[in-house]
Amino acid sequence: MARPVVVEAQGLVRRFGTATVLAGVDLRVGPGTIVAIFGPNGAGKTTLLRILATLLAPSAGAVSLFGNDAFGSHAGVLRRRIGLVAHETFLYPDLTATENLLYYARLYRIDDGSERAAELLAWAGLDAHRTRPVRSFSRGMAQRLALARALLHRPELLLLDEPFSGLDAAGAEAVETTLARMREAGGTVVLTTHDVARGLALSDRACILNRGRLAWESLGRAPADAFAAAYRRVVGDG
Amino acid sequence: MLAILWKDLRIEWRTKEMLSSLAVLAVLLVLTLTFAGQAGTVGASAGRLAGALWVAFLFAGLLGIQRSFLLERENQCLAGLLVSPVDATSLFLAKLVGNVIVLGLMQALIVPLGALFMGSGMAANLPALAVVLALGNIGFAAVATVFAAAAVRTRAREVMLPLLVLPLLLPLVILVVKATGAVLGGTSLGEVGPSLTYLLAFDAIYCTAGWMLFEFVVRE
Repeated sequence: MARPVVVEAQGLVRRFGTATVLAGVDLRVGPGTIVAIFGPNGAGKTTLLRILATLLAPSAGAVSLFGNDAFGSHAGVLRRRIGLVAHETFLYPDLTATENLLYYARLYRIDDGSERAAELLAWAGLDAHRTRPVRSFSRGMAQRLALARALLHRPELLLLDEPFSGLDAAGAEAVETTLARMREAGGTVVLTTHDVARGLALSDRACILNRGRLAWESLGRAPADAFAAAYRRVVGDG
Repeated sequence: MLAILWKDLRIEWRTKEMLSSLAVLAVLLVLTLTFAGQAGTVGASAGRLAGALWVAFLFAGLLGIQRSFLLERENQCLAGLLVSPVDATSLFLAKLVGNVIVLGLMQALIVPLGALFMGSGMAANLPALAVVLALGNIGFAAVATVFAAAAVRTRAREVMLPLLVLPLLLPLVILVVKATGAVLGGTSLGEVGPSLTYLLAFDAIYCTAGWMLFEFVVRE
């Protein structure tokens, strides 16, 4: 039996007051796929991810996740299958790295919470800093912990808003490896990034969001020159 | 629910920001109000002390309850909660219980101080006083928790919260001040029974309304 489409957005519109941030976005993402969404600042990338994470309801249009209405009665169950890394880390500054992960492990009712937290702290290279409050972390360390938090409950759909922001080369490489492994295991990733080279290398499909619309979408892996030409055509040189 | 409550209490234990600021504000308010009311005139002191105490509890309490949501605002932790499978009801209950605990701790510090300055003997009626304060705290925290969740996302939250909460709390405040004054004056719990029944009813209404509204307030 065919596995259901993981993400299906139809005619997504989101308005904030009089400003229309998303103006009718259609997006379909299957299992085992990494989709990279590019676009200039203010294109609506973050808003799109927040809607897919069920954090924000669309003003119009529909979102289905794993074949279920994202804002219906199954929303709680769906959230268990989603991981989100946003611009902000969702981490409590006065808790230590371990305490933050254990707290989220309890929210997600993870049975092996302590082991999983220790495993992800090691993955994030934060083992030596596990008892330090997050307030004392650098931007890159906090970003690595935020990624660990999002991976804690082994999500099937990972939504990443600028995941490489603040990461050093080793950190970015660890993230790339993890995402590639997740894809091999049938997981789905939707990410936004301004790091074109990394985003194109990692993704199976690339999209350009501009002024609230999906203005361009590649059929498969996007070659850098074709993407650059499309970006110039759709967005302009800026 | 317990995970959120544990986290809130742990952060408070570590930082002591909420309890210390609440206690300082409440002490200042109680002192100001008791001295303004000519401390030492024993006949009317219980009623006056009750009024002074609840003014302090309300203003300091609003500060504390607001702080419980400001905690979630830093690094957008509230969004982290909202993308988790935790339902809004559990979040409401955790915040409500946490806020009631902090209000209770603040009162444990402030009430003896107020009684000392007002010359009100309260030791004999301590259990009755605890019941009245607890009932007042539950209703107060239920209303303030809902509105603090809404106000925390507004720019004028320091002004918004008292403006939204205090008018709604007026019936409860009148009841709880009268009941507190009565037990501080030596009246037994049985004699303030009708007030306690009304307080219980208000608590039930406020908690049920909060329970039902919280999902909408926190997600919209």
